[in-house]
Amino acid sequence: MTTVFTPGSPGSSGAPPRASSSPAAADDTSAGSPAADHSATVTSAAEPAARQAGADATTGGPPSGPADREVQALRRSRLGARRRRRNLLWALLLAGPNVLLLLVFVYRPLLQSFYLSTLQWNLGSPVARPVGLGNYVEWFTAPTTGRIVTTTLVFTLATVGGAMVLGLGLALLLNRRLRGRGVARTVAFAPYVLSGFAVGILWLFMFDPRYGLVQELLGWIGVASPQWYTQRPWPLVMIVVVYLWKNLGYVALIYLAGLQSVPQDLKDAAALDGASSARTLRSIVLPLLTPTTFFLLVTMLLASLQSFDIIKAMTQGGPLGSTTTLMYSIYEESFVNGRAGYASAVATVLFLVLLAVTGVQMRFVQRKVHYA
Amino acid sequence: MSAVAPTTTRRPETAPSTPAALAPRAPRTADARRRGLQPGGYLALVLATVVLGAPLVWMVLASLKTPAELYTVPLQWLPGTVNLDNYAQAADSIPLGRLLLNSVGITVVGAGLKVALGLTCAYALVFLDFPFKKVVFGLVIATLMIPPQITIIPNYTLVASLGWLNTYQGILVPGLASAFGTFLFRQHFLTLPRSILEAAELDGAGHWRKLWRFVVPMSTPTLAAVALVSVVTEWNDYLWPFLVVDRPDKMTLPVGLTLLQNTDGMTNWGVLLAATVVVTLPILVVFLVLQRRLVAGLTAGAVTG
Repeated sequence: MTTVFTPGSPGSSGAPPRASSSPAAADDTSAGSPAADHSATVTSAAEPAARQAGADATTGGPPSGPADREVQALRRSRLGARRRRRNLLWALLLAGPNVLLLLVFVYRPLLQSFYLSTLQWNLGSPVARPVGLGNYVEWFTAPTTGRIVTTTLVFTLATVGGAMVLGLGLALLLNRRLRGRGVARTVAFAPYVLSGFAVGILWLFMFDPRYGLVQELLGWIGVASPQWYTQRPWPLVMIVVVYLWKNLGYVALIYLAGLQSVPQDLKDAAALDGASSARTLRSIVLPLLTPTTFFLLVTMLLASLQSFDIIKAMTQGGPLGSTTTLMYSIYEESFVNGRAGYASAVATVLFLVLLAVTGVQMRFVQRKVHYA
Repeated sequence: MSAVAPTTTRRPETAPSTPAALAPRAPRTADARRRGLQPGGYLALVLATVVLGAPLVWMVLASLKTPAELYTVPLQWLPGTVNLDNYAQAADSIPLGRLLLNSVGITVVGAGLKVALGLTCAYALVFLDFPFKKVVFGLVIATLMIPPQITIIPNYTLVASLGWLNTYQGILVPGLASAFGTFLFRQHFLTLPRSILEAAELDGAGHWRKLWRFVVPMSTPTLAAVALVSVVTEWNDYLWPFLVVDRPDKMTLPVGLTLLQNTDGMTNWGVLLAATVVVTLPILVVFLVLQRRLVAGLTAGAVTG
């Protein structure tokens, strides 16, 4: 009810009323309050329509006197209120389902996950014991945590770094006017759209130490195939290679778009000054690509930290946990070991890491926005 | 250099077109200069294409080989005959036809609903005035930063308590909410000419009519991009359906592949790779046919920020 009085208070009369007055409240005031006060709240809502009518100028007789205008405004106000109510109904109908789904299946679990992380609770068990930050303490002191964090770091740095360097190289190649580069681009991008699990299976066969294609190719250059499945660190190398193969095309394509936006005259000018192509790349192209590089860095970092399918298909985190990343350990703790409370704590840690990466991106982008 | 002279003399009237006229010329001269490096370029291009494409070719070839052809040293490159025994055997071990049907159904329904949800939500956010609009928009956009992993355990317990384990709705519903699609549609809607919609409104068109008769026809590229990206992600989605379903008749293809891996293991590569071909080939075909739109959708994040 307090909202009914706000239009009357002198302080708020100048402010746009949309935020404070609900449609129902506006309707109420039109019955009891003086018209002068009311028209002030309404003109802003009816303004576009009024301007529209003025622009068209052919529809009906234009309001001549101030009294006429008052009447029109009053009529419009009722119309506006009805329209706003109808708008609200439509908004509920159109945006409601999506927002409801987001609330139920994203925000609710997000909050619940924080809560679960303070419980000692097994998946499907009716009993849960609150342990406060016990799960976090356990994670930070667990003997396996160091290994998992190291594995995650190695995997992330290798995949992100590798994808960036190789992707840029591929993009530079695809940017040259070579016949057939369209085919190469298609082939390079294809793995990105495929199922990560299927890709994992396919590469497991490629890496088969006795009958795989990789050992055959290594044999050509006189190298005996390592035990890809079982001997550390080869399983980790294996999943890094597969991850690179799958994501290289994406990085290359984004870089390619960046390269094509580098002005030709800048490169021509450098060439006229006698700069080598390597020098042009280092001093002109790469600096101009900084925003692209940064975008890719963050995107790949987020994706790499969350990768699961390839690891599940190829190594299941093994052997002896040597390919268990943070993400994979969440799955393992919750759905293999059933320790859902502890897993929620690990998930929260991962979430905070991802949030930090995103936060850095947002700050950087804000500062860099006029540069790009 | 001589080509520049006439254009500079006529600058006043052709000023806007000069850069366009020069553009094709400049790269051509640079191209000619680079021609000396071409052999190296082509070598690298062919090498990259072969290295990146070989695994897919190798997968298809292996799926057609008999065990005798698969397990020989040195390797036999091509299958002796095209025989589909591996496919038949894969269909014996797991209900391959049923899985395919499940995958197609879930992909079509899921992608369709995702597009519809994103479309309607973005329409409301752009063309409707309602209280707390900014809050709603922020709520939708913020979900882009929430990793799905953190939602998995609570969503799993919810789905389980609803009795939705081993059901299609259990696979579908939790992933339906569309943040990415809403975002992309919104970006596009903001570029649409308002005057057309205002004219439609003056003609008495309601929101429903404006959405379907005016906004949707003006949004086909975005529509295609969002739909294709949704198709690819639904089809490839693994972790969630893997957790929710353990009965073969409700599985999607990638989950079924796990089943096959566990039963046939690494003892029978031909069969496992035949199933892998069934999983990857449909998306590969979609990609090859609709490459432009799909790539536009998948790389949209880079353009929009």
